[in-house]
Amino acid sequence: MKKITLTVNGKKVSVQVHPFARLLDVIREGLELTGTKEGCGEGECGACSVLLDGELVNSCLVPVLQANGKAILTVEGLSKKSLCPLQKSFMKCGGAQCGICTPGMLIASQALKKKKKRLSPKDIREGLAGNLCRCTGYSQIIESIQKSGDRT
Amino acid sequence: MRGYLPDYTFESANSLKEALSFCEAGAKAFAGGTDLMVLFEAGLLAPGKYLDISRLKELKGIKNSKTQVTLGALTTYSQIRNHLILTKQFPILGLASREVGALAIQNRGTIGGNIANASPAADFPPGLLVYDAKIQLISTEGIRTLDYSRFHLGYKKTELRQDELVLSVSLKPEFQKYHHFWRKVGNRRAQAISKTMMAGIAKTTKKTIQDIRIAFGSVGPTAARCYHVESFLKGKAINTQNIQEAKQLLSKDIHPIDDIRSTGKYRLRVSQNVLEEFLCGIG
Repeated sequence: MKKITLTVNGKKVSVQVHPFARLLDVIREGLELTGTKEGCGEGECGACSVLLDGELVNSCLVPVLQANGKAILTVEGLSKKSLCPLQKSFMKCGGAQCGICTPGMLIASQALKKKKKRLSPKDIREGLAGNLCRCTGYSQIIESIQKSGDRT
Repeated sequence: MRGYLPDYTFESANSLKEALSFCEAGAKAFAGGTDLMVLFEAGLLAPGKYLDISRLKELKGIKNSKTQVTLGALTTYSQIRNHLILTKQFPILGLASREVGALAIQNRGTIGGNIANASPAADFPPGLLVYDAKIQLISTEGIRTLDYSRFHLGYKKTELRQDELVLSVSLKPEFQKYHHFWRKVGNRRAQAISKTMMAGIAKTTKKTIQDIRIAFGSVGPTAARCYHVESFLKGKAINTQNIQEAKQLLSKDIHPIDDIRSTGKYRLRVSQNVLEEFLCGIG
């Protein structure tokens, strides 16, 4: 066991865990932030997407030791007092159906919007290529991002 | 079933020197984890000592000089695809990086891992082969440099010794006058492991091929140059007859097999078509 310190959604936390434990499990079980989902567990589906020091990663593929001392943004960190522009737009445009892919979609969209202000549909499709929606609601998801405005 | 955590130890190396002594003592290097964590999830990662090398500064960064470009082993696909000079001098590396998994994988996967993991379906090797890359390996004894073409010995077998780490890959920027081609064929455009892939560069004058280099991946135990096709095409005109003959000759250079992703017959046929696409584009 090792003491791991993370800054999760702006708050510093320490946990005692096996250094090889998946970041996903530490977030969900250790920190009880269950917004981040597990889909495939092998980096194919993007349900477990989080930002690690601002970079989009699959938290199922990150042993927690590699995140030690770093900043993590999960879906819970997107909204402060009210929902963020992306979340509002997902609600308005029907970007969420069953909802299991939605936290990952939101985080991947957030990563995209931070990198580039004006996103073409092609940018969005490429940026979300690692996030699968089993309801196949891709058109509404892309529309949600396009209509979410310039703010992140 | 996922691996059992107590079967593994995982430590961070604070310096390259410390990392090399861990390797000497039998620890296995762990970089971006995009291959090893998939094995762990499937319960196929060998139990034992793993070493987190992801924080080693000596293995990071892209260095540019007039005569050489050096990529640290920990250079990620994202860093490569976003590097303006590198993607201009070696377009195939940029194109291949854009097609490895999707962004989350590209942010974590490294060039050193792509090479050392030695998957026959790895996306970098064909490009490195046509660009005549060199690879630097480091141990407590020092650094040795190999032609990249000598690094892969067979299926999942490489020149890398237990006590060594991949330090860097270096390339000479001498392909400005070449036409560069990259094509990966998978089930979908992102998140797909290749059924076949081809890297090609060619220099032509007046519709005649002066120099040509072709390498395929996913169609043999390691990525490989296509010397039969290359030597046939050198000095030849680009016309239908020569292209057809080159396609036929390809079966001497690649020997694809049936596996979970595709069949040998499909792979050969599609590889021939991809070769044709390349040759039609260079005239």
